[in-house]
Amino acid sequence: MTPAGSIYRRLILQLVGSAAILAAILFFLFQTFARQIAVESQDNTLRASASAILESVSVQQSRVVADIPYAALAMLGNVSDDRVFYQISQGDTVLTGYADLPPRPGDNTAWTAGYQGDSIRMVQITRSLPIDGSLSTISVTVAQTQDGLAQKLAQISRSAILVGAVFFAVATLLALWAARSSVRPLNTVAAAVSRRGPDDLRPVTTQVPSEMAPLMTSLNAFISRLKRSLTRSEDFITEAAHRVRTPLATVRAQAEVTLRRVDREENRTALKQMIRAVDESSRAAGQLLDHAMVAFRSDHLDQREIDLGEITREVVARQTPLAALKDISFDTDIIEGCSFQGDPILIQNAITNLLDNAVKYSPYETTVTVQVVPPANLKITDQGPGFPSENTARLTDRFARGANVGQTVGSGLGLTIAHDVASAHGGTLTLSNNTEGTGACVTLSLPS
Amino acid sequence: MRHLILALLTLCPSLPLAFEIEAETTFAAEDESRILRIISTTDTGVFTPIIEGFQAENPDTTIIYTAVSSSQINQAIVEEGAVFDVAISSAMDLQTKLANDGHTLQYASDATALIPDWGTWRDSVFAFTQEPAALVLSPAALGDLPIPTSRQELIGLLRDHPDVFAGRIATYDVRSSGLGYLFATQDSRTSESFWRLTELMGSLDVQLYCCSSDMIEDVSRGEIAIAYNVLGSYAEARTDLADSIVIVEPEDYTTVMLRSAVILRDTLDRDAAEAFVDHLLTQAWQPGRSDFPFPNPLEDAPNARPIPLGPGLLVFLDQLKRDQFLSEWQNAILQ
Repeated sequence: MTPAGSIYRRLILQLVGSAAILAAILFFLFQTFARQIAVESQDNTLRASASAILESVSVQQSRVVADIPYAALAMLGNVSDDRVFYQISQGDTVLTGYADLPPRPGDNTAWTAGYQGDSIRMVQITRSLPIDGSLSTISVTVAQTQDGLAQKLAQISRSAILVGAVFFAVATLLALWAARSSVRPLNTVAAAVSRRGPDDLRPVTTQVPSEMAPLMTSLNAFISRLKRSLTRSEDFITEAAHRVRTPLATVRAQAEVTLRRVDREENRTALKQMIRAVDESSRAAGQLLDHAMVAFRSDHLDQREIDLGEITREVVARQTPLAALKDISFDTDIIEGCSFQGDPILIQNAITNLLDNAVKYSPYETTVTVQVVPPANLKITDQGPGFPSENTARLTDRFARGANVGQTVGSGLGLTIAHDVASAHGGTLTLSNNTEGTGACVTLSLPS
Repeated sequence: MRHLILALLTLCPSLPLAFEIEAETTFAAEDESRILRIISTTDTGVFTPIIEGFQAENPDTTIIYTAVSSSQINQAIVEEGAVFDVAISSAMDLQTKLANDGHTLQYASDATALIPDWGTWRDSVFAFTQEPAALVLSPAALGDLPIPTSRQELIGLLRDHPDVFAGRIATYDVRSSGLGYLFATQDSRTSESFWRLTELMGSLDVQLYCCSSDMIEDVSRGEIAIAYNVLGSYAEARTDLADSIVIVEPEDYTTVMLRSAVILRDTLDRDAAEAFVDHLLTQAWQPGRSDFPFPNPLEDAPNARPIPLGPGLLVFLDQLKRDQFLSEWQNAILQ
């Protein structure tokens, strides 16, 4: 299953992302406010200077005179080493100071303009004075370059960056911690579930946060449904085995009885064919049940120490009477001590099916060789027609049969069962043809 | 000398320069690949050792040293656009205005870092001396009268003996001397007694001078009994007159001027200008310096009131303010 992203990573990404956005906002707010304050403080100094100058303007004998106080300009020098410009004008006439200062744009009392290649901050205040009986507007402009301000702003920017960076670092640490502790309950549940044995279908009782309670309820409901359904399948398999096999056995027994009573040759032939068909059905039913059993058990494999030699001997012993019907003998060559971890019922099933196949496809009066070699390999060789050379791999598919089976009856499930058992155990099933003479060779290799 | 050049200038009306040059001296280097033009209010003789010291380290730089009066530096640079590399002046207000109005370049180096904060402005104006405005007296002319040590004592002395001092007091003509104007305006800021003293001097038929050196000469000859606001450094430099003059730094307060250098914006050889400023400042401010022709700027007099560099100095350069000050001054002095 490919995970659709990670909650942990997503949480970190979102938290760190929002921390970065907040840090940036903090940086800009800090800088904007500080800048505003710095500019305001420069404006205030300029305004104080301008009003001190305006204060000193008076009318003497119909002439405007200005006695600029020393402090008016000296105070600007106390704040920074910036260049200072001023202008006193009456209406549009410049009385004294820097005549070429840029004009005031609109109604602002403080503004920024360019002058002599520098950016300057300007402040202008005005006052009306009576001259010769009419009011005249006197305006005082004081301006200062912004080197000191720029220096202050650079300093502020550095502080702002520091504040933002510290905020971001702390927020990131908190985000890591928060993400970790949010994901922890999930990991706890995952660990609790995966630690369970194959047959453990009890409800999960790990303590979880309220947000995960619905998941846990659903999980437990699912587990109990699974448990019910498994029980039902097991019951069904047992039931089906019983219900299919018992009537077939009855039919076979009746057919045998009838065969003894019938004398006419054609009737006997028909009955024999019927008995054979019943045998085949019975075997197919058995195999179907075996297959269902394998599929069911593969999901929760029983792990037990199995002696491959011993289990092979048992199966061979059980198959010997059946083989004897075709005068086929088993030649067993078992090296002791080949043991592995596995499900004995499934292994038995697989070996039974392989031997059954070998017997089925072997001609009369031949030998089937059964070898057990370390570490845990079972090799069965017959003297039958062997596998068709093409598509050997496909033979392990359900209901697939070789092209050369001829009249031999079969369900096509034998190799599938053996293959599934091998896979469930992490082993392999290898199909090949006997290199000396004819015959198929099947090797079941299990991890020891 | 000055009259000679003036005469020459009058004779040659085609000369493009209109500002008044007092003296122009060329210190030729062995290898004349670079030329450094200095415009200065300092007498050539006083500055010669510094220039020679610089040329010893920079033998490829020829120096053209133009001595002018302080107001002429502004005339030359601002109004006529004359090309110089370095301007040296005792008129702190005019130097500050040059820097404020963008006629100078900013410069920072190890040498400029030697200057204390109060001795530099905007990395443009570099002070290299501290020179007090002193009283210079003639002991011969005073006779038995006590030597005044403060302005109060001076005022008392002048009031009590108008017969001795009539026509024998001297000070700067602030209308023509930039340094005189600077000293007078700073006095007027500092103390009310300035105007009383000015009026008193006016009533005693004060003699007005253009320059400290002339006042010192006349005091030494006994023609002048007391000269007010004379550059103390010049008086002390005249060791030949040590017996005939007395130098007093007033106890109430002594105005201290900072002689300063600026690198001009229109310099043709910025590197040479910077090297010269470095040399000058290193000589001035380095502890353990030798044969520097100016008083040690690090020596502090107890009553010293150094004039602070900064935009405040622009105030008295304002035309309205200047007109007002001069008219008040004239009312007081030309009675």
